[in-house]
Amino acid sequence: MSEGIEVVGIYVRDQDEALAFYVDRLGFRVQADVRNGDYRWLTVQHPQQPTLQLGLFRPGPPVHDAATAEALHGLVAKGAMPPLVLQVKDCRAAYQALSAKGVEFIQEPISRYGQVDAGFRDPSGNGWKMIERQRKETA
Amino acid sequence: MSRGVGRGTIAAPYRQSAPPVNPRPELLRRLLRAKDRMDAAPDQDWPIPRLAELSAVSPAYFARAFRQAFGLPPHRYLLTRRIERAAALLRDTDAPVIDIALQTGWRSIGTFGRIFRDITGESPGQCRLRGRKALHARGAMPECVVRAVERPDLKSAVLEKRRRAGATKVAAPTEEAP
Repeated sequence: MSEGIEVVGIYVRDQDEALAFYVDRLGFRVQADVRNGDYRWLTVQHPQQPTLQLGLFRPGPPVHDAATAEALHGLVAKGAMPPLVLQVKDCRAAYQALSAKGVEFIQEPISRYGQVDAGFRDPSGNGWKMIERQRKETA
Repeated sequence: MSRGVGRGTIAAPYRQSAPPVNPRPELLRRLLRAKDRMDAAPDQDWPIPRLAELSAVSPAYFARAFRQAFGLPPHRYLLTRRIERAAALLRDTDAPVIDIALQTGWRSIGTFGRIFRDITGESPGQCRLRGRKALHARGAMPECVVRAVERPDLKSAVLEKRRRAGATKVAAPTEEAP
């Protein structure tokens, strides 16, 4: 077994809504969905990337006090969280497919600097770049 | 440090960031939608009523809430995006300055040049030269990040600045001057 990053989490405003978005629209799979009282450990993964889990965590107790949770919700909602990047084989095709599923794109595919990229947000406000890297000519 | 001083320095910014109407996350998400739309097409006109509609609030409330949420009024934000885009085009293309001005939402090259200088402290031509020199130094940073990093920091209104600069002959350097 190799070493590496196993879970990276993002904050979402509603875990059911996030689950529906990442699974039904983006095509991710649920990896873990475990409840302990009010706390819910929820992670999804990209179907082609079984070694990395994306945690969909809701700010709140017992991890955060009410004021901290509210602040985190606010930061997510105004798009202040770090960018996320999704690599795809065909950005324009993925844009068409995801748009048809109701994904909120904030930037249509643009070709520049040897790649095609587009941008979308999840319902909470987390921003994703969707990048198609051009194959480098093999030397 | 005395207790009084500590309390004072902490209390001042806290009061500023906690106005009576603190936008709720649901509203912030809708304000972000309006901001995203400006980001996607900064060359377009974005009158407040159009933006307010995207956020499902009244125009008066929108202007205030946007400023609270993002730290500057919507129109100033739009100007920074236009200048940012213009600077990128100056750097990355050989297009004439007039074309870039029209392409980034300005109606006259005079206005473009003046506001570009007011905001960035240099002329479009100087920006083009400097950008090309720096081109090699950036390395592997993604293009969207480069543009965000180079986004002009528009803390005060262009008109305010011009008024200040014009009010006194004593050359009081603006904060933007290098």
